[in-house]
Amino acid sequence: MFTPKRAILTASLLLAMTTGVSLAETPNLGKPIDETAIAAWDISILPDGTGLPKGSGTPAQGVAIFAEKCAACHGDNGKGGGVAAALVDDRQLAPFAGISAAQKTIKNFWPYSTTIFDFIRRAMPFNEPRSLTDNEVYALTAYILSENKLIGASDTMDAQTLPKVKMPNRDNFIIRFPDHI
Amino acid sequence: MAKKDRNAKDRNARGQTLEAAAGNGLIDRRALLGRGMVFAGAMGAGVGPSSAAAGAEPLADDPWSLEFGDPTPRYQVPSKFEAKVARTLSNPNHEPRNSHSRTPHHLLEGTTTPNGLHFTINHGGVPNIDPDKHRLVIHGLVKRPLEFTFETLLRYPMISRVSFVECGGNSAPMFSPEPLQESVQALHGLASCAEWTGVKLSTLLEETGIDPRAKWFIAEGADSPHVSRSVPMKKALDDAMIAFYQNGERLMPGNGYPMRLLLPGYEGNMNVKFLRRIKLVEQPGMSMYESRTYAPILPNGKAYQFYFLQEVKSFITSPSHGLTLKGPGLYEISGIAYSGTGRIEKVMVSADGGQSWAQAALQEPVLSKAFTRFRMPWRWNGGPATLQSRAWDEAGNVQPTRAEFVAARGELVKPAPVLAFPNQHYNSITSWGVGSNGEVKHVYA
Repeated sequence: MFTPKRAILTASLLLAMTTGVSLAETPNLGKPIDETAIAAWDISILPDGTGLPKGSGTPAQGVAIFAEKCAACHGDNGKGGGVAAALVDDRQLAPFAGISAAQKTIKNFWPYSTTIFDFIRRAMPFNEPRSLTDNEVYALTAYILSENKLIGASDTMDAQTLPKVKMPNRDNFIIRFPDHI
Repeated sequence: MAKKDRNAKDRNARGQTLEAAAGNGLIDRRALLGRGMVFAGAMGAGVGPSSAAAGAEPLADDPWSLEFGDPTPRYQVPSKFEAKVARTLSNPNHEPRNSHSRTPHHLLEGTTTPNGLHFTINHGGVPNIDPDKHRLVIHGLVKRPLEFTFETLLRYPMISRVSFVECGGNSAPMFSPEPLQESVQALHGLASCAEWTGVKLSTLLEETGIDPRAKWFIAEGADSPHVSRSVPMKKALDDAMIAFYQNGERLMPGNGYPMRLLLPGYEGNMNVKFLRRIKLVEQPGMSMYESRTYAPILPNGKAYQFYFLQEVKSFITSPSHGLTLKGPGLYEISGIAYSGTGRIEKVMVSADGGQSWAQAALQEPVLSKAFTRFRMPWRWNGGPATLQSRAWDEAGNVQPTRAEFVAARGELVKPAPVLAFPNQHYNSITSWGVGSNGEVKHVYA
């Protein structure tokens, strides 16, 4: 039956075809938003440093922040003993002695230093995420890297220096299914 | 049933012979196809109906047949007699850490996981999200960044698809060098299957446009850890969707309410829940979950990165550990098979620890990247039996034996606690050992 509704549909399809608009028309209900308005949510950090904010921090600045906001779960100086994983750990990956994720540490496994900043900023402290300033996140990142002897005790971490910290295990990964990328 | 035949073959109700399909009592699966073979309940009496009618109790009405029943609730929940059909919780006291709930596969049938029993893993509790205030933003390497309210997204053309979701750490207890005496729920409970309804991600990307430099997108949740994963654009333009409905009703809070990313066949953690932001980027973000947690260590000291796929897997749910067979007789072996690559092609079942195999019946419809129920008739002779299942998918991938799996991927030196995640992406064969007393144990065979 040829109803008015179908007439409109047919007309709009014809219009779509004649004007070259895709037939798979979508409702277009998204509201345009610019990156400035998204900024508070845009906390993605890429391994090349893209997305790292302004600011900086040193291991020395991180000491007090860590003691106050992190040690309760990660142990004094990040050496574990609390409910959360150790962050400072010298153990080696020893897969021949039995594979186990428990062997993974920041120092022996994490391929990118930027991940430390990214995770602290998005998820920590556990009970109060997103409460740290960017400077505090840089200071904690510097502190963890320094305690793991991955940077010097007086090195400053910022958007330029952090991505340059070469993590020891970076080249030990195999992409499982390259055809899926 | 002719007694003289019992050691060699069974006959069904029409007198047709049921040939053995493999050793130790497996019977040709065609016996299942409506030929009238009589089964005992899988965990029931274990023998066929007795022909000795003499001595049967006279029937009488029970109290519920003689009184006005309960009122009809607005939202119904299972019978009180089903209270044990529940998820197990890794963090029942809500301590400040992550929390897992596991699906009781051994108490379920079919292929759909009821919403209340779908597994969940949440890293910062279950957020209490007001859908009227929730927003989804798509930005980064797009031509037009857009913000969507939940309400507007509900006006988009929707699709429904059945898909399993499985944690990359599901079955991790089986990395232990000896079989942990744990149920199928403890071993494999971090996988579930539902019908998901929502909008294809590619539909929304048509509106934002895609900058050709975009090779990945980062998905991020509105939960307190702001869980974030990188996904190739290839998946975005294939079958990625944003789901709003789970088995016909809105998503459960623990499964991502009001919206989640659904990447059929991909590692559960990538199916970002409470989805609020998608950013198109040139390179993966190397979030903690992708660069550390879900990067399985290999015996040679290297590690896999970007595993993504939940590979072909199957396990028998009945009989399984913790259940006891009540005596020799006919049983139905029942289990679940699935593959992140596509449809299940076939499932083979063994009752003699892999010495001989018979093909199981697959419940139709067999859907891509979804739970597939397999069934196999089995006559238990009362002796020891080792039950196994092995699945093949349509791409030709085969579920590895445990020996093959351990050779390639390694195992632990000592058993790990059942709730630990010593490694990820375990998909080899599960074996259940049936003892002469009918007890079912977890064994390696």
